[in-house]
Amino acid sequence: MRRSWQVIWPPLVTFVLLHALWELIVRRLGVPAWKVPAPSDIFRAVVDRSADLMTATAHTSAAAVLGFGLSALIGVAAGTALSSMKWIERAFYPFTVFLQTVPLVAIAPLLVLWLGYGLASVTVSAFIVSLFPVIANTLAGMRSVDPGLRDMFRLYDAGPLRTLFKLKLPAAMPNVFTGLRIASGLAVIGAVVGEFVAGTFDQQGLGLLVQSASRNLQTPLVFAAVAAASLLGLTLFAIVNFSGYWILRRWHASAR
Amino acid sequence: MTESVQIEGEALAVSLRSVTRRFEGGVLALEKLDLTVQAGEFLAILGPSGCGKSTLLRMVAGLDRPNDGSVRVGPNGLPPRGGIAYVFQDPHLMPWRNVIDNVALPLELRGEAKSKRRSTALAAIERVGLADASRRYPNQLSGGMRMRVSLARALVTEPELLLMDEPFGSLDELTRQMLDQQLYELWRERRMTVLFVTHAVHEAAYLSSRAIVMTRRPGRIILDHRIDLPETRGVWMRTEPAFMKECRVLYKALEWGAA
Ligand SMILES: Nc1ncnc2c1ncn2[C@@H]1O[C@H](COP(=O)(O)OP(=O)(O)O)[C@@H](O)[C@H]1O
Ligand SMILES: [Mg+2]
Repeated sequence: MRRSWQVIWPPLVTFVLLHALWELIVRRLGVPAWKVPAPSDIFRAVVDRSADLMTATAHTSAAAVLGFGLSALIGVAAGTALSSMKWIERAFYPFTVFLQTVPLVAIAPLLVLWLGYGLASVTVSAFIVSLFPVIANTLAGMRSVDPGLRDMFRLYDAGPLRTLFKLKLPAAMPNVFTGLRIASGLAVIGAVVGEFVAGTFDQQGLGLLVQSASRNLQTPLVFAAVAAASLLGLTLFAIVNFSGYWILRRWHASAR
Repeated sequence: MTESVQIEGEALAVSLRSVTRRFEGGVLALEKLDLTVQAGEFLAILGPSGCGKSTLLRMVAGLDRPNDGSVRVGPNGLPPRGGIAYVFQDPHLMPWRNVIDNVALPLELRGEAKSKRRSTALAAIERVGLADASRRYPNQLSGGMRMRVSLARALVTEPELLLMDEPFGSLDELTRQMLDQQLYELWRERRMTVLFVTHAVHEAAYLSSRAIVMTRRPGRIILDHRIDLPETRGVWMRTEPAFMKECRVLYKALEWGAA
């Protein structure tokens, strides 16, 4: 208990002090709220627009969680497939790197073309951005399997499926979770950016809320929505992190 | 071929004929090696590091193939499934499994029922003196305990051929003596064939019924020596003149082969 308190209070103090400073400077210089809102302005926006913020967060998190889930499933499956044969890895892995370099904003219109506006496009956008780290880390994990254990499985004539489920996947778990942790943050970013292009107002997510609020010079609301998006990313990260800790608690050094 | 069917519980003989192993990059590990190991023999293999001892063992296990020559295990030349066990220099345990589940792995891969697996694994764990630690995970065990888990995992299938590659090399002297003793008693009781690689001359003399000494790479056998000691062995033996004589013979050959 005391330990966790020691972890929490220094950033908390920093947070409070920085915001006090921010408030002070903005008030002193008389900067208008539509340019740089003071923390108190943002807080007021949060209170006044809490219903909008909440539904927007819900919509964004739906797309982010779905996209993340797809990344987890397909990323682990793809990483496994890539690791199963040297030639598959050689033939396909270079292309997965495109996933990392793809300019999402540029291809989002294509998603709209194919999937229409709304949840599907936004989900796929979250999926595309968060896929690569899962594939890459799963692959790294599968490569890191203890060669002695591989020999052990060969000695006892374990088939490829048994080797996969009893050796390779469990051995890759720490790496898989590294990938999932990275993917969780990226999925939220992918969803918000996807909403810029593919969002709809009847299912308004945080991305669209940021856009409309900034267009209307409701800058405090922009800040509030950005904060909500960050918080969402943090929450998803924390959930993944904790699941990883729980699953790997027995044996992985980094989990302690 | 009916007459050559493997009888269950029978130790496996090993024979290598003119075995050559050349690795990619040109390293010639073994060249035209001949070796016959009788069923039920405890063979110690000594030699300078890098002379091809591990390579030899891996080929007997079927984990590696010779470029030339033949490796035959058992009456058919091919070992029965699950008849061979291998203990590596490092324990190579699965960190995500506790001791029981690590030891039960070979049975699991063989497709045995869970309840039977557990009881068989527990018996093997007891035999290496780890009954109290059976639910612990590898990271909660000392180096010696991990090696014993690895030994239990090898013994759990009651192998007819046991391959051991410097298994106790990294342990402290006392733990090593204890494990040597346990292994020796087990061999006396079960009479499986054992190929035991070690760099410790006294360990070879203490455990084996026959010892070979290999030269530098490519490894050739320069000494093939029957250990002439009574079958009741113990730590007390180490100061006996007969034991010391055996050690001297092996040590001389080892020095000669390393030169
Ligand atoms: N997979 C491999 N590829 C290339 N060279 C190898 C490989 N395995 C072993 N060697 C080489 O073969 C020689 C014999 O190795 P090894 O059998 O491990 O020796 P020992 O167990 O007697 O120390 C060494 O020079 C080693 O570097
Ligand atoms: Mg070796």
